[in-house]
Amino acid sequence: MITVASFRRPKQIKKSSACARLRIFLWSAFAFFLAFAVAARADAQNPFAGDAKAAKAGEYEFRINCALCHGLGARGGGRGPDLTRAQKKHAHSEAEMFAVISNGIPGTAMPANGTNGQGVGMTDEEIWQIITYIRSQEVKAPANSIGNAVHGKQLFYGEANCSLCHMVEGQGGRIGPDLSSVGGSRTREAIIDSVRNPSNRLAWGLTEATKEFPQEYETITVVTADGKQIKGVALNEDNFSVQIMDMNEQIHLLEKGKLRSFRKSRESIMPVYTPELLSDKDLDDVVAFLIGMGAK
Amino acid sequence: MNIDSPQGVLQVTWKSGASAPRKQARHNSVFSPSSLCAGILGIWLLFVIQAHAQVTADRLLQSSKEPQNWLTYSGDYSGRRFSSLDQISAKNVHSLVAKWVYQTAATGKLETTPLVVDGILYATAQDDRAFALDALTGRPIWMYQHEVPADIRPCCGHVNRGLAILGDKVFLGTLDAHVIALDSKTGNVIWDVVAADYRKGYSFTVAPLAVKNLIVIGVSGGEYGVRGFIDAYDADSGVRKWRFYTVPGPGEPGHETWEGDSWKVGGAPAWNTGTYDPSTDQIFWPTGNPAPSNRGEGRAGDNLYSNTLLALNADTGKLNWYFQFTKHDEHDWDATQVPVMVESRGKQLIAQANRNGFFYVIDRTTGRLISATAYGKQTWSDGKDAEGRPIANKSASPTVEGHTVCPGALGTTNFMAPAYDPQTALFYVTARDQCDIFSTAPQPYEAGHAYYGSAYFPSDEAEPYRGFLKAIDPLTGHIKWQFEHTSPTWSGALSTAGGLVFTGDAEGNFIALDTTTGKPLWHFQMGGAVYAAPMAFAVDGKEYVAIAAGSAVYAFGLP
Repeated sequence: MITVASFRRPKQIKKSSACARLRIFLWSAFAFFLAFAVAARADAQNPFAGDAKAAKAGEYEFRINCALCHGLGARGGGRGPDLTRAQKKHAHSEAEMFAVISNGIPGTAMPANGTNGQGVGMTDEEIWQIITYIRSQEVKAPANSIGNAVHGKQLFYGEANCSLCHMVEGQGGRIGPDLSSVGGSRTREAIIDSVRNPSNRLAWGLTEATKEFPQEYETITVVTADGKQIKGVALNEDNFSVQIMDMNEQIHLLEKGKLRSFRKSRESIMPVYTPELLSDKDLDDVVAFLIGMGAK
Repeated sequence: MNIDSPQGVLQVTWKSGASAPRKQARHNSVFSPSSLCAGILGIWLLFVIQAHAQVTADRLLQSSKEPQNWLTYSGDYSGRRFSSLDQISAKNVHSLVAKWVYQTAATGKLETTPLVVDGILYATAQDDRAFALDALTGRPIWMYQHEVPADIRPCCGHVNRGLAILGDKVFLGTLDAHVIALDSKTGNVIWDVVAADYRKGYSFTVAPLAVKNLIVIGVSGGEYGVRGFIDAYDADSGVRKWRFYTVPGPGEPGHETWEGDSWKVGGAPAWNTGTYDPSTDQIFWPTGNPAPSNRGEGRAGDNLYSNTLLALNADTGKLNWYFQFTKHDEHDWDATQVPVMVESRGKQLIAQANRNGFFYVIDRTTGRLISATAYGKQTWSDGKDAEGRPIANKSASPTVEGHTVCPGALGTTNFMAPAYDPQTALFYVTARDQCDIFSTAPQPYEAGHAYYGSAYFPSDEAEPYRGFLKAIDPLTGHIKWQFEHTSPTWSGALSTAGGLVFTGDAEGNFIALDTTTGKPLWHFQMGGAVYAAPMAFAVDGKEYVAIAAGSAVYAFGLP
């Protein structure tokens, strides 16, 4: 069926009249009202709390919109945290969960609803269904804590040499990613895998909105026009230029066309920490330290 | 400056066949008080009346005669995205500079291809914005924004890929499934019709196609279980002249390819602009995935006309022939890529680089498949049917636990507009190598809610994802050259008679490559990722190339 709708006036470019000022005022008032309404909504109760049918509907939505990072069954997929943990870093109440899903978490890979390039975005109703689903998946008993965080910290800054390349809360090196929050955003298994097999997964090159780091930490080796070899990690790169940090934390800004050679590898610059180099027990301690920091 | 009168002068000059010196037109002051005597007013009125038929259907047919203008989404009816302008060439492209930048003030992806008519550029931006700019300076002439409801459900961003122009109107499809005609000189709404209920997931993101006096447009919403359609509206009145449902109803041929009631929510959207062959009066329009996109259970059968190239009679919308690329698709491989009309050895062909990883060549008089060749990483098909169509391996179906299939859900290519260069006889297309883990789950249909029946994840097996511009010989399917990007891009391509192919990258570069070798000859960092395809135009006899990146439109020219 077609209906011819009433004619709409286009928005003109220039209008600086009292009418326009009034309109701006009205819009501002409306925006304020909207902000208030959103805040009020975030305080709202989950209309579906404990509803098994809503949890099932939430599971479909979760698969489409969330599972890319949080994994099937919300158990964490390497990119995003395991949401079956009852204790969450950014959201305790369901109202807070609603706010996090709606608005994302600035400075992390968690995007605002509908902006991750993956799903289609969710209605309020669907967000509550997802929260109901996540609640239904939570493991109530706290997991036995594994590892000694105090010893882990000693290892991190000491003989395990982690801090030569990684920072935690402002202390450490710059060649690898800052690990201050990694314990909150990665599963235990994902962190262990990154230590044992650092090349298995470099930083996750996802859609723009879900990129946690601007860089993917590829290893770059170049020879400049004057014959100097530089090896380091990529800070950024495009088709024509590359920005590298070398092992001395020197930044090199290079035009690819002027290089004698350019080689990029996804073999991580990080050494492989075999059990001989770092025992399972010591690794548990380091992970306990990181998870403790990440939970802050 | 008054817009009407100079355009009127231009129009009259155009009709006389002489080339209009634009400077003269721009400075022609027919609007000064002293000139308002009756005789001149009469002439002025005549100009205005003539200007009312600014872009005639005949001009659209003869677009090759006015390479300074870019009159349709793909530049002309053949879908080639080729410009015969050759002023900017492989020899001088190194000196190309940015001439202007227009900031749209919209956030999010810009997928628009601008139109240019007689010095005015028309384009669109996020949330159903449309605007007209002075193509020489980038200064806006008018801006329009449709009032988009807050609860629209477009799948993939609040995007729009551009306008159609006919007469003195430009035509916009909106995210809430309206078709709107705007006055091309003021942006005023001339008519506004509702094609479908956006609350059920229907929307428009496509650039419409003007054919004769019809505005042809295809719907989006394959992620919501819509019943897809292609509509044609009378350009003057907005009255719908025909609708072709891409999912046949009871009693119609093809209905038997759907299980039970699955046809009602069968998807098969038509969200990319088709092409038109005036010699046979056929519109070629491609369709998208069946719904739910990643679950075949419950919709047993081929699911016609999903992932199909349709040949429709332009006047009636009646189906002449069809070719289905991916039968019973379970991987979201919309076949909505531009069907490019190509001539070879006297044969009238259509070439399409499909999202499923195969490059198809089809006889456009009969719809018969001539060849299908893989042009990227694919694992879903090892065999072909009697017609030569690639068919899916049994193991390619998504499972509950999920398993890896190539290409991934985003496809080997997607909406990135390709280019075909008659000088090199090469087809240029943006391609990506990425595999995904496809998982499936039962999902009941609920109106207006996402309807995927699935989840998919990037698979480790194909990391890192690789992105290319590939030059394909349509005759053989061979890849003549490929330019590898740092990461996969969503930019389309433009080829020009200057021996250049232009494209953009995800890191914000606009790049000119040699059409025969793929060697990059020039680039410019625009500071925002590219999701759009370039186009070329000329003003005052000088050639420009334009593209949208970030939230802005850029124009480049020689110094």
